[in-house]
Amino acid sequence: MTEYVVRFITGGLIVSAFAVLGDMLKPKSFAGLLGAAPSVALATLAIAVVQHGPQYAAAESWTMIYGAIALGCYSVVVCHLLMRFRFAALPATIISFAVWLAIAFGLLAGFGGAA
Amino acid sequence: MLIKLSSSALKQTRWYEYGIRFALGGLATVLAGLIGAYFGRSVGGLFLALPAIFCASATLVENHERQTKEKACLSGRRRGQQAAALDAAGAALGSIGLVAFAAAFHIVVPTSIAAAFVAAMVAWAIVSVVAWWLRRKLRTVSGRPQSESWRRSVRGRSLS
Repeated sequence: MTEYVVRFITGGLIVSAFAVLGDMLKPKSFAGLLGAAPSVALATLAIAVVQHGPQYAAAESWTMIYGAIALGCYSVVVCHLLMRFRFAALPATIISFAVWLAIAFGLLAGFGGAA
Repeated sequence: MLIKLSSSALKQTRWYEYGIRFALGGLATVLAGLIGAYFGRSVGGLFLALPAIFCASATLVENHERQTKEKACLSGRRRGQQAAALDAAGAALGSIGLVAFAAAFHIVVPTSIAAAFVAAMVAWAIVSVVAWWLRRKLRTVSGRPQSESWRRSVRGRSLS
């Protein structure tokens, strides 16, 4: 239980820090870079290194590459739904989550995890 | 265009909006841990790049831009969508940096844990900024035409 409380607080703090920085940055397209900040990754990898060691964290970071590629595709789809199809932000980001899942798990199925 | 750091935008954000981001960030981190524990490190690794708080961020950006426009008695719906789309475009470029983060961490962590975190963050920052800069340069060089409404919308503001 303690582990998950630590995860929640650490993850929340890192995500909030990047979000505040993103709010302060201009122009908006540059601030958007922080939408793909490694906030969850920093907290999770730090805990993984402490709990399971560097090999476990290395394996997680390998499949994180697939997740990051999926995030890129997800962001492009969100952008198109907003600009071309005039969706509001909330439905656009929720619907596009299916794209993230499909690409992330597709890449994992196609290329496999780290040995 | 210069990159600026301004605290004035923080005044627009309400305390509960920070709370939502904190809660979503915390929940995403817990979820990544739970998935790693139940389904293994390969599946858990995917969720390190989960767009967990993106829906909240994009919605907040959309709302703030719409409210700014509505204060001037104009409809801000389209303006809000454009601002959220710009945020998404930035995140797409940032995800290239996230790939660099994961690759650098994967390569360096067997050698040194501290160096792995430093290398990963440096890789993320450099690759993200270079990707953003290249996109701006390519758009300028190609002279891609923009619609008049879009040009009017961003003129005089730092939306682009």
